[in-house]
Amino acid sequence: MTTEAQAGGSKTPAAPTTAAEAKILIGAIVNNHFGVLTRVAELFAKRCYNIESLVVGVTDDPNYSRMTIVAMGDDYIRDQIVKQLSKLYDVHRVDVIPDEQASVREHMLVKIYVSGSTNAALTDAINDFGAKVIDFSPESITAEVTGDAASNDRFVEKVKPYGVLEICRAGAQALYRGARCL
Amino acid sequence: MEPPHAPPASMTGAEAIVRSLIAQGVEVVFGYPGGSVLDLYDELYRSSDQIRHVLTAHEQGAAHAADGYARATGRVGVVIATSGPGATNLVTGIATAYLDSVPLVAITGNVITPLLGKDSFQEVDIIGITIPVTKHSFIVRSADEVSEVLAEAFKIAASGRPGPVLIDVPKDVQASRTTASIAAPRALVAAPLPLEDDLAQAAAMLADSKRPYLYCGGGVSCAGASDELLRLADAHDAVIGCSMMGLAALPSSHPRNLGMTGMHGREASILAHARADLVVAVGARFSDRATGNKAAYVKDTRFLHIDIDAAEVGKNIAVDHALVGDLKGSLSALASRAVATRRAAWQDEVADMRAKEAAHAHNAGRLAARSVIESVRRRTEDGTVVATDVGQHQMWVAQDYPFEAPRTHLTSGGLGTMGYGLGAAIGGCLGNHARRTVLFTGDGSFAMNLNEMATAVSLGVPLVICIFNNGALGMVRQWQTLFFSGRYSNTVLDRKTDFVALARAFGANGRRVDGPDDLEPALDEAFASTGPFVVDCAIPTDDWVLPMIPPGGTVADMLTEKPQEMEMTR
Repeated sequence: MTTEAQAGGSKTPAAPTTAAEAKILIGAIVNNHFGVLTRVAELFAKRCYNIESLVVGVTDDPNYSRMTIVAMGDDYIRDQIVKQLSKLYDVHRVDVIPDEQASVREHMLVKIYVSGSTNAALTDAINDFGAKVIDFSPESITAEVTGDAASNDRFVEKVKPYGVLEICRAGAQALYRGARCL
Repeated sequence: MEPPHAPPASMTGAEAIVRSLIAQGVEVVFGYPGGSVLDLYDELYRSSDQIRHVLTAHEQGAAHAADGYARATGRVGVVIATSGPGATNLVTGIATAYLDSVPLVAITGNVITPLLGKDSFQEVDIIGITIPVTKHSFIVRSADEVSEVLAEAFKIAASGRPGPVLIDVPKDVQASRTTASIAAPRALVAAPLPLEDDLAQAAAMLADSKRPYLYCGGGVSCAGASDELLRLADAHDAVIGCSMMGLAALPSSHPRNLGMTGMHGREASILAHARADLVVAVGARFSDRATGNKAAYVKDTRFLHIDIDAAEVGKNIAVDHALVGDLKGSLSALASRAVATRRAAWQDEVADMRAKEAAHAHNAGRLAARSVIESVRRRTEDGTVVATDVGQHQMWVAQDYPFEAPRTHLTSGGLGTMGYGLGAAIGGCLGNHARRTVLFTGDGSFAMNLNEMATAVSLGVPLVICIFNNGALGMVRQWQTLFFSGRYSNTVLDRKTDFVALARAFGANGRRVDGPDDLEPALDEAFASTGPFVVDCAIPTDDWVLPMIPPGGTVADMLTEKPQEMEMTR
């Protein structure tokens, strides 16, 4: 089970306070089973924690899925999220991954309006962000972009003038940097 | 471990359920049949010599009975209901068990697998409905899984901080055949012991304290840690108070035990709790009812939290140090590290607090209820199981009934479920070898689930039911008097219900108590009765539960008597 949740010795963070809210990046290994996502989402709803994003997918072992959850909250909420998640039968490991120790990526598909010939500036933008065109038609281009949240935001700003038709944006996925694993 | 039953060549899922229950050591289950559990009930019929099924009047009563059985015995309670409304009728009972950490396994039938998700007749997503109030839940998709799932469910329900687990079994899974063998009971997850450094720090906090107060909760009974707690208190010359859930964990006659703390606690316990320089919470969770105003509560006090559930540490208040793990082991380790210390100044202060409490005893506005409680207590034993419903009578019992033994007090502490008591008393009675059992209830609470009188009469349980009948929803009325200028919106029960006639209609007996002279003869008759007996006690409509700390208030706001102007309105 988890490491943080069982550390009984450390002084606990302050109970409900007005301390600064910050993004909390959480990695979790859960059973790859129907209903697990519901249980996790319900826990956040029941405890009044906000989920900014949640990404889940199967791991190399098909028995388990890995979730990356981004939530907003102070130290108290961070501590409680970890402890409450740890109590779920379907959750095997859960940890807060500090920003400086995280490799984080967000994946995004952006459908952009094009008229007639391809705009060179648009192509440059797509190339600058390391994005790929995965679909095109006489009226549209769909770009696949991967980056951190800020860089994806910048891409969207950059292509907005051309006319963004649709965006499909996944939440953050995170691993520890280096050899460390969850 | 050898499976208790040799695997037969083939059996149905329903048979696997019943055999698994027997293998888990279950002797009695509570429930109500229906279309989606016909197979299961057929197997219960066949196995009735090995496992007893108690039919209640309503699934909610069955859930409370299984809960009461679990609280009285410490074993996992089992309740069975059919799909749809049968399952939803369990929800309040499951939530009650969840909030009070009671080990419960609820088995529901569901429609056949091909009909799942089609809004079929009597179909409901009971797993989805109960996710917030269960430790875990399973839907069984194949008869092959039945026994493993049951074994796992019992393990989850009873391990760590106990709680309810739901198993949903579609009708076709009950009917289909399996060759899987019956799983043996699983070892519970062992609770860890605290690390040496953490113990040392906790011991130092206790040693440094001048005014230690041990605030004990339901976890003490769960862990069977009463003796260890008393040893620790003795070693540090500490006083002990408790949440309502912690009440029966320690003998109320013990000189260190000040009784319940919190909103409606005993005055000395409340005062000592507020005056302590170190509060050691043991298997308790700093509920709002126990702490009152959190900011004032934590001021100038250090906190040591000992609990099996890591998530409780820091949840309701920030604490200075915590020991997460097995209570019994933690307390024992702490006690053995203690250097026996006398704290005479603290004990003197506490003696003054007790004197204050005694001085207020006569204007505490509960004389009628107290005399009933005292008269009942003269007829009960230390081991008598006492259930309550929810409201003023519940608080009067918590304050005044001298509980002496763990697992004798069945009450809905966390959820505050009116209508809990009768079902719980029936379950508790069966769990306690069908010995004499007492239910204290109110005219409001009793009316909620009195259909279970039918169950009590069928079983012939020796149940004495004391109704504190004030013709009102007394606790809400008390708040309306205090905070809503006496506008008694829907709390006057002008119902004309004759509870004695009602008892007779159910096949039980009863007596009305209109005044002090009626009480003793009525109780004599009640306690001589072999079956359920209703004692309908008229009490004043405006007796209050005192002391009272208003919600969000502090010890400085404590009311120990009714304000004069409110006394005038009587």
